[in-house]
Amino acid sequence: MQLFSALLSGMIFGLGLLISGMANPAKVLGFLDLAGNWDPSLAFVMGGAILVGIVAFTIARRRGKSLLGNVMQLPASKKIDRRLIWGSVTFGIGWGLAGYCPGPALVSLSTFAAKPWLFVSAMLAGMLIFEWIENWRKR
Amino acid sequence: MTIDWINFTPWRSLAGGIMIGIAASILVLFNGKIAGISGILGSVLKPGEPDKSWRLAFMIGLIASPYLFSLMAPFPSPTITTSSTGLIGAGLLVGLGTRYGQGCTSGHGVCGLSRLSPRSLAATITFMLSGFVTVYLLRHWFN
Repeated sequence: MQLFSALLSGMIFGLGLLISGMANPAKVLGFLDLAGNWDPSLAFVMGGAILVGIVAFTIARRRGKSLLGNVMQLPASKKIDRRLIWGSVTFGIGWGLAGYCPGPALVSLSTFAAKPWLFVSAMLAGMLIFEWIENWRKR
Repeated sequence: MTIDWINFTPWRSLAGGIMIGIAASILVLFNGKIAGISGILGSVLKPGEPDKSWRLAFMIGLIASPYLFSLMAPFPSPTITTSSTGLIGAGLLVGLGTRYGQGCTSGHGVCGLSRLSPRSLAATITFMLSGFVTVYLLRHWFN
C-alpha cells in the first residue's frame, strides 16, 4: 500500500510537471529571465501547488501518524546556515544555466534524447560527490 | 521587462501546479514523507540508507509519468538550448547544490513553503535570486 501511494504520488507529480509546462527548460528559463521577455508561468505552478499543499501540511502537522500508520517525518531543522544558503546559491546557478531542476530532468529521461541523460548523469555525479565529501569529512 | 504573452500559460500552469500539490499531499498524508525530489533521489544513492523502497517507487512513478501523459496528449518535446558542456556543469551544480542546501524546487519550494517553514523560504528566495542573476548574466551580459 505504501509503495502504491508513493508510486501514485510520483506519477501525479510528473503529470503535473508535464501539464504545467515545467518539463520544458525553455519555459523555466523564460521565468528566470526577468529582464527579458518574462514568462510568469512558473509562479502559477508554485502558487497552485502551495494552495493545495498548505491544506495537506496543516492536517499533517496535527497528526502524529500518516493514514497508513507511518510516523510523520516532517523536517525538524530550523537552522538557516551557510550550508543551506551556499547550497541554494549553487543549485540556482545550475538551474539558471540549464533550466532544469531535478524533477523535470528526471521526467525528460523518457524522451531518450541525449541532453537530458547528460544532465541527469552529471546531477547524479554531483550527488555522489557530495556523499564522498561528507564521508571523507566524517573520518 | 516585458511579459511574454505568447508563451504565458496561466491556466495550464495553475492546473499542473495543483496536481503537484495533490502529489505532495498524497505522499505526506499517506506515507508521512516529504515530496522533495533531490532528497528522495539523494537518499536512494546514499550507501546504508534504510527505507529505500518507497523512494524507488516514487522515482518509478515520476520517470514513468510521460508514458501515461502520452496516452492523453502528444508528449511536448523539451527545448534545450544549453550546450552539452554547459549541461554537464549545470548538472554537477544542481546535484551538489541541492544536497548541500537539502532541497530543491519541490522540497523547499513546494513542500517547505506549504509548511510555512522559514528555512525553506530562505532557501527558495536564495535559489530563485541565484537563478535570476545567472540567467541575467548569461543572456544580457555575456550575450
